[in-house]
Amino acid sequence: MEISFYLAAIVAVFATFRVVTHTNPVHALLYLVVSLLAVAMAFFALGAPFAAALEIIVYAGAIMVLFVFVMMMLNLGSAAVDRERQWLQSSLWIGPSIMATVLILVFAYAFIDGGGIGTVSGETLMAKEVGIALFGPYLLIVELASFLLLAALVAAAHIGRDDSRREQPLRNLNGSVRQPSKLEQGGER
Amino acid sequence: MSWLSPLAVDIIIAVLKAIVILLVAVVAGAFLSFVERRLLALWQDRYGPNRVGPFGSLQLAADMLKMFFKEDWIPSFADKKLFVLAPAIALGSLLLSFMIIPITPTWGVADLNIGILFFFAMAGINVYAVLFAGYSSANKYALLGAMRASAQTLSYEVFMGLSLMGIVAMTGSFNMRDIVNAQTDVWFIIPQFFGFCTFIIAGIAVTHRAPFDQPEAEQELADGYHVEYSGMKWGMFFVGEYVGVVLISALIATLFFGGWHGPLLPPFIWFLLKTCFFIMLFVLIRAALARPRYDAVMNFGWKFCLPLTLLNLLATGAVILLHASATT
Repeated sequence: MEISFYLAAIVAVFATFRVVTHTNPVHALLYLVVSLLAVAMAFFALGAPFAAALEIIVYAGAIMVLFVFVMMMLNLGSAAVDRERQWLQSSLWIGPSIMATVLILVFAYAFIDGGGIGTVSGETLMAKEVGIALFGPYLLIVELASFLLLAALVAAAHIGRDDSRREQPLRNLNGSVRQPSKLEQGGER
Repeated sequence: MSWLSPLAVDIIIAVLKAIVILLVAVVAGAFLSFVERRLLALWQDRYGPNRVGPFGSLQLAADMLKMFFKEDWIPSFADKKLFVLAPAIALGSLLLSFMIIPITPTWGVADLNIGILFFFAMAGINVYAVLFAGYSSANKYALLGAMRASAQTLSYEVFMGLSLMGIVAMTGSFNMRDIVNAQTDVWFIIPQFFGFCTFIIAGIAVTHRAPFDQPEAEQELADGYHVEYSGMKWGMFFVGEYVGVVLISALIATLFFGGWHGPLLPPFIWFLLKTCFFIMLFVLIRAALARPRYDAVMNFGWKFCLPLTLLNLLATGAVILLHASATT
């Protein structure tokens, strides 16, 4: 299992790198999907198949689809690719990268010095264990997250409400007000 | 022959079984295109394809020859990588889902303990086929079709997952073999009737079959997301749709109708009969129902099916808890 974990990790790192460096937004999103799949594979290797399946279903299967959806609607052409290329000039990213590299070296040193690198192993955790953990020690966090989601849902429903249909009368071509037909009202829906 | 240890023999047999199941799935999907046309013709009181071979049974061979020799054209304005990738995802993700279906007690590719979740994951990946096809074609009709398809599939996948959670709660496992074994006494169609109703609706919607074929609505969108495709790439979308039909039928037979369980006949025959029945039902639904308007489809999904599955799950949970407290 160790080999599959490290292979998945390498794929994840490379794919995430390409997400940042790619100039075409939809291709970059494709790399992000690959990265999420690789992370799911790493979860599998660590003995958490339930988390892996949820990672694919929720992140790769639902959230990223919405990202791609928005990118398609924006209809970015070659102008966006050129702008992206401008933003990727080496003078812009080289300074932060050096500092981030120093930080990651410090982190790796502390990690190795502190506890050593553990081997990749673990017992298989299924839905039951995850559920017991969520509704046992982490119950408060689950409730708070559900508050947050409910608030987001209410806000989305408010923003997305369609007032125009009800308040403005329908007009004929010559401007006179007419009654909406049964089909236009949505009828038996 | 030292390398031919029992383990190696087991591995080889498992791989061979997997290959057989893969080939049968693809051939059944392709052959279904002919079967569907004949069945539609039967119900619509006409002949259908009956010229090639006895009763038109070689129609598939003729179609395949035609498809292979067509020019495989990639539009110059298309995004080539995604354009080629999309049909591969469409067929591949559905074929991979066959992995989890237990055909008989001894046949089946993988005995995953996340079983059903693997199918949901693959169905989630399948959306990208439509999205990438629509985006990379750089065509307004394709883009509109892809947008409709992805919105529809996302909405229906939500309650497709919920509709099966009742079964999972009753079995206590995501594993498909456990689910089939839990149905030795009573099939899940009886305790989970609403789950069955919503799952079959979601199944039709996720495979984009009529009456949920909004993404392909030929009257308004030309041909939807695969309007720019030709040759074998189009063929992969086409076969992918039928493979999806076979997959959903096999899943319904496994999850709600006891899989291989049945009196007298051997397990494989029972599985085959049940699956064929649901494939036929898919064709009959296509022949019988008209396509509803797009917003009606979305409203039906979110305002009717989703609450129904939630109530079903709630009731199932209450019954299980009552049962557990009564026995202890």
